Amino acid sequence: MTIGLGHYLTVAAILFTIGIFGIFLNRKNVIIILMSVELMLLAVNINLIAFSAFLNDMVGQVFALFVLTVAAAEAAIGLAILVTYFRNRGSIAVEDIKLMKG
Amino acid sequence: MTFAAMFFYLFATMMIGSAIMVIFARNPVHSVLFLILTFVNASGLFVLIGAEFLAMILLVVYVGAVAVLFLFVVMMLDIDIVKMREGFLNYMPIGLAIGAILLGEMVFVYGSWTIVPEAMKMIVSPTPTADSITNTQALGLLIYTKYIYFFQAAGMVLLVAMIGAIVLTLRHKPHVKRQNIADQVARTPKTAIEIKDVKPGQGL
Repeated sequence: MTIGLGHYLTVAAILFTIGIFGIFLNRKNVIIILMSVELMLLAVNINLIAFSAFLNDMVGQVFALFVLTVAAAEAAIGLAILVTYFRNRGSIAVEDIKLMKG
Repeated sequence: MTFAAMFFYLFATMMIGSAIMVIFARNPVHSVLFLILTFVNASGLFVLIGAEFLAMILLVVYVGAVAVLFLFVVMMLDIDIVKMREGFLNYMPIGLAIGAILLGEMVFVYGSWTIVPEAMKMIVSPTPTADSITNTQALGLLIYTKYIYFFQAAGMVLLVAMIGAIVLTLRHKPHVKRQNIADQVARTPKTAIEIKDVKPGQGL
């Protein structure tokens, strides 16, 4: 039994769905939401690399590298916003974020 | 079942299991640790598929930097875990519904999808055979030549993210004395010394 493209795509699809599920499940905890976004980006990367490997094209891996860069930048900025928000409000509940200039 | 297939199933099940634990763990610290496990297993998958450089980057960047950043923030913020779990079960049905719809859509797409034979002719940069050069070398030959502008743009994205994160989190407390180098350099004898003409017997 050989592992084909379909196996990797299935794993990535399941991982992406877990990411979506995590966002809806942890509506109050922004940190878990950020982690779910990271999971979804990882699923996208698995897709890109699987296609790159099975279609024999290097460009997919280059693109995955850029996705990785943007994901790292997004995590850094998101956590910085979270820290600032926590300093101002003393909580990280998502429901309070609807208040402007809070 | 071959050795590679066995490892694929090991890494895939471990990855999906720890991803589920990321969203279900009670303690955010445990969530971060499971996130690290997810990334380690994902990098195992990348090694299996032949993308060694990205696997190592995933370990260095994600496990080494991003996950530790998450860990710092989780430990720094004093979060009430019990309060965070409120409404967990209320959101479960809608989350399950949307997840199921999304997974169903992906199954439909996957069921009716094939790679056309022409796709193999549209390859932009073919992967070199593994025995001629390594994956890292092949990737380097690509990103430093053909995709140099994108590579530079990625560097700018990281720079902007770094400056943004510093600007957002840096705060100057009003009562802390700091060295102001510009003020020190701009000092002249005129501003530093004051000559008083003291008359004898009178004092200042």
